[in-house]
Amino acid sequence: METIKINDLACNDLPWKISYDPNRCTLCGSCIAACTFDAIGPKMERRRMIFTDSETPEPKTRFSAQPIIAQRNVIKNFCRGCGVCERVCPNSAISASRNPDSRFNVVYPAATGSGPKRGGRNNLEVKERTLDTLRVGRISQMTDPSLDAQRHTFDCLAPLGRVLPSKALPFQQSAEGKLIQDSQTPPVHWIYPVIIGDMSIGALSWRMWEAIAMAVAYLNEECGLPVRMCSGEGGMPVRLLKSKYLKYMILQIASGHFGWNRIIQAMPDMVEDPAGVLIKIGQGAKPGDGGLLMAAKVAEHIQAIRGVPRTDLLSPPNHQGLYSIEESVQKMFLSFNAAFKFRVPVAIKVAASATSVSVFNNLVRDPYNIVGGFFLDGIDGGTGAAHDISLDHSGHPSVSKLRDCYLAAVAQGRQGQIPLWAAGGLGKNGNLAADAFKMMCLGANGVFTGKLILQLAGCLGNDLGRCNACNTGLCPAGITTQEPVLAKRLDPERVAENIVNYFLGMDMELRKLMAPIGNSALPIGRSDCLISTDKAVADRLQVQYVC
Amino acid sequence: MCRIGALKSRHYMHPSKALLLMQSQQKGHDNSGFAMVMQDLGGIFEDYKHLPTLSLACTDEGLKIAEDLLHAKGFRRVHQWVPETNPQPGLDIEAMPNYVFETFDYPKEYQDASDKEKGELLTDTRLELRAAMEEDEKGFAYSFWPDVITLKEIGDPRAIGTYFNLWEPNEDFTAKVITAQCRQNTNYAIVRYAAHPFFLQGYTALANGENTFYQKNKEFQSSLHRGYIGFESDSQCFLYSLHYVHKELGWPLPYYKHVVTPLPFEDLVKREDKAQLLAMRQSLAHLEINGPNTIIGVLPDNTMFTCCDAKKLRPVVVGRDEDTVAISSEVCGINEVLPDRNWEVDIYPNEREIVVIDDNLEVKRWKQ
Ligand code: SF4
Ligand code: SF4
Repeated sequence: METIKINDLACNDLPWKISYDPNRCTLCGSCIAACTFDAIGPKMERRRMIFTDSETPEPKTRFSAQPIIAQRNVIKNFCRGCGVCERVCPNSAISASRNPDSRFNVVYPAATGSGPKRGGRNNLEVKERTLDTLRVGRISQMTDPSLDAQRHTFDCLAPLGRVLPSKALPFQQSAEGKLIQDSQTPPVHWIYPVIIGDMSIGALSWRMWEAIAMAVAYLNEECGLPVRMCSGEGGMPVRLLKSKYLKYMILQIASGHFGWNRIIQAMPDMVEDPAGVLIKIGQGAKPGDGGLLMAAKVAEHIQAIRGVPRTDLLSPPNHQGLYSIEESVQKMFLSFNAAFKFRVPVAIKVAASATSVSVFNNLVRDPYNIVGGFFLDGIDGGTGAAHDISLDHSGHPSVSKLRDCYLAAVAQGRQGQIPLWAAGGLGKNGNLAADAFKMMCLGANGVFTGKLILQLAGCLGNDLGRCNACNTGLCPAGITTQEPVLAKRLDPERVAENIVNYFLGMDMELRKLMAPIGNSALPIGRSDCLISTDKAVADRLQVQYVC
Repeated sequence: MCRIGALKSRHYMHPSKALLLMQSQQKGHDNSGFAMVMQDLGGIFEDYKHLPTLSLACTDEGLKIAEDLLHAKGFRRVHQWVPETNPQPGLDIEAMPNYVFETFDYPKEYQDASDKEKGELLTDTRLELRAAMEEDEKGFAYSFWPDVITLKEIGDPRAIGTYFNLWEPNEDFTAKVITAQCRQNTNYAIVRYAAHPFFLQGYTALANGENTFYQKNKEFQSSLHRGYIGFESDSQCFLYSLHYVHKELGWPLPYYKHVVTPLPFEDLVKREDKAQLLAMRQSLAHLEINGPNTIIGVLPDNTMFTCCDAKKLRPVVVGRDEDTVAISSEVCGINEVLPDRNWEVDIYPNEREIVVIDDNLEVKRWKQ
C-alpha cells in the first residue's frame, strides 16, 4: 500500500469540489477548455470490467485505462466554484459544489507563506444587512395623500458640488425687487443620484469598461437620465478624454496617481469638462488596504494609460505624503479645482471608518468653498484585489457612518452644503432602488455602486465565496480580465443593454417608493419615513422602532 | 383636517367675523380648538400701536412669573385688558385660569433703540417667558409684539367663541387683519402652542394640510435662528421659512415660493434667472415643502398672501368686496362674511402662484 503523505494537498482540502459523472460524460472537452483556472484536467483512471464472452456466464476480468475529467489538486489552480464547467457541459456531467470541510485557510498560507488574495468581496458577512432591517414605513394616507407614481412628475436629481450656505450667496437686490447674482458660485452639477463607480480600466476588462461607458452615454442621450460614471483610479483612454463623452465621466485621482499625467496632457484638447473630479483619500471597499492590480492584469494598454511597466500595481490605502486633513484640502482641492478653473466639482472619497466623521467635520467648515462632495465607501463592495484578511476582517459598514455624517451636518446646520454620497454593498441583494432610497432617507444625497454592475454583466461570483477571482486576471466571465480570449466572452452590447434596462427599472422603482410617502423630490434626510424592526438599529440610526 | 381663514379690511373688524368665516366650514374640522392672531389693532388697543402687547394664557403662578420677569427686565405696563369670560355649564373648552393682554413700554435704556434692537429684545423676552412658564404648563406666551394679539384655546370653536364673548361684535376689540384656524388635531398632542396661526417678529403663518418635509425642515431650521423652536405642529415650519427668507436673508416675498416649492429642474433651466433659482434650491433644499398644504401668511407691513404646495393638493379661495378681502379653505366661509361680493372674481390660486393683498387692499397674482 502506498504511504499516505498527509501533508500533500488533496481535493477535499479545497473550498470547492468537482462532482463528475463518467457515465454521462462524452469527453467533449468543453469544460476543460472553458475553465480559466485550469482547475480541471484530463486524467486516466484504471477501470476493472467483468465480462463474459461465452454463451453461458463465465465471468472474466479485464482492466482498461479510461480517460476522465478530474479536479486538480494544485494550490495555484484551486477551483473557484464559478460553475462555468456546468454551464458549458452539454450532458450535465460535471458541477462544482461547496466543500464545507475545506481546510483552505490553513493549507494555503502553510504552503505559500502568504495570505490568500481575491477580488473585493467580503465572504464572512452573509447575515441580514442593516438596510434590510429598515422599511419605508411612512405611507401617506388621507390627510397627506400619496402621489401617483405613473402620473406625477418627480425630481430625481442629486447635487455634486459645493453648495453655499444661503447667507453666503452673492445676491444683490435690483431696483425692481429681483435678486441678481454679482459673483461666481462654486460649480454644482445635478446628476442622477446613482453613480456607477469607481472601477478602473485595469480592474475591468476594456470591453467591460466600454460597456459601462456605452450604457452611460445611452442613458444620458436616449433615456434622459443624467447618469455619471466614475473612472476609478486607472486613468482614461486618451481618445475618451478628448471626446464629448468626457462630460459623463467623473475622473478619479487616487494615491497611485495613475493616468493623471495623461489627463493633464489631454487638457488642452478637451472639448468638454469632466463631470467631476473624485479624489480618493481612503479605500473603503478594500478596507484599509490599497487596491492591488496584479501584474497579470497589467496588459499593454493598461501600461500605456498608466505609464507603468508590467508589474503589480498597488494603490496605497491613502495618499502617502498627505499628513493632515488641512494639507490634503489645500494641496489637492486647490490644485484640482484650479486645473479646471473652478468649473468642475472636486469631491473627496474616504473609507467608512471610526474616524470618517472627524474628517467630515473638518471638511464641512471648508473655508475655501471647494469641497464638492463627500463620498463614503464601506465594506462589501469592490472588484480590485486585496488580501482575504482585509476583506473579511477589517472595514466598516457605511450605513451608520453616513448617518453620523448627516447628523453631524444637522448639528451644525450645514446639511446639504457638502453633498453626501455613500456606497459599500448597495444593491447587494439585487435591489438598488430600495437601498438607495433608504440611504437617502438617512441623509445621503446619492449613492454609488460598482459590484452590482458586475452582476448585471453576468458575474458568476457571490458573497458566499464563489469565484471572487477578479484579482487573477482569469475572470471566467470576461469582466475583470485583460486576456483577450476571456474578454471576448463578454458581449459589451448585451452588458450595456442590461445596465440601461436596470437603470430604467430602478428609476421607476425609486418613484414607486417616493410616491407613497408623498414626495416628488428625493427624500434626503427624511428619516421619518423609515422604520426598523431591529431596536438596536432603530436607536443607532435614530429612526422609529416598530414591532 | 384644519380649516383656515384670513380677513383683511380697510376698517376695523371684530373677531366675530373670523368666527363666522370659520364656522361655516365646520364640517371640515373636528372642533379640537380655535386660534387667531389679530394685527393692526383698533378699539382699546388703537392708542398703543407702537408698544408691544403680550398675549398670555396662564395659571396664577404663571402670571406672577411673567410679571416678575418683565418687571426685572425694566418693562413698564401701560395698558391691560382681561377679556370678560363667560363660563357656562356644558361649554367644550379647556380654559386656562387667566387670559391676559398687556401692553408694555420698553425699558428705559431702550427708549432710543432702533426697531431692530427693540425687536430682538421682544423676541428674547418672549422666549424667556415661554421657558420660564413651560414647566407644568404654567403658562403660554403666544406673542409679544407691537400691535398684535394672539388667542389660542383648546375646545370646540363655538364654545370658545361663547366663552370669550367673541360672537357679539363690539368696538373695543377689533383689528384690520385677522387670521384664524379651526383645528383638527391629527398628528400631535393637543397642546395650545400647536394651534395655528403662528407668529414671530411681525410674521404670521397658518396652514391647512400637512408638511411631509417636517423632519428635514425642522432639523434645518433648529440651527438657523433662536426663535425657531417648539415645532409643535408640522406647519410651524412654514412660518420659520417665511421669516428666514424674508427677514433673515432679506429676499423679496416672491422668492418664498421658490424656496418652499422650487420649480422642477426642467422648468428651472428655462428661466432667465436660473442661476439664482438654482442657487436657492441648492442652498435651501431643506426648507422645501412637499405638501399637501395651503399657506396663508402676513408680513410685518400687514401684507397678506396665500400660496400652496407644488401640486395644489389643498384648496384655498380668495374673495373680496370694496372694503374687505377674505381668504378661506372653502368658499362657503367667504359666502358667509361677504355674501354680496361678486363671486365671479373669486380667485382659486394655482400651484405656481402667490396671491398677495397689499395694505391698499390691492390683490395681485404673482406667477412663480
Ligand atoms: S463538458 Fe461535460 S461532457 Fe464535456 S468533457 Fe466536460 S464533463 Fe464531459
Ligand atoms: S468578476 Fe469575474 S472573476 Fe470576479 S467574481 Fe465575477 S466572474 Fe469571478
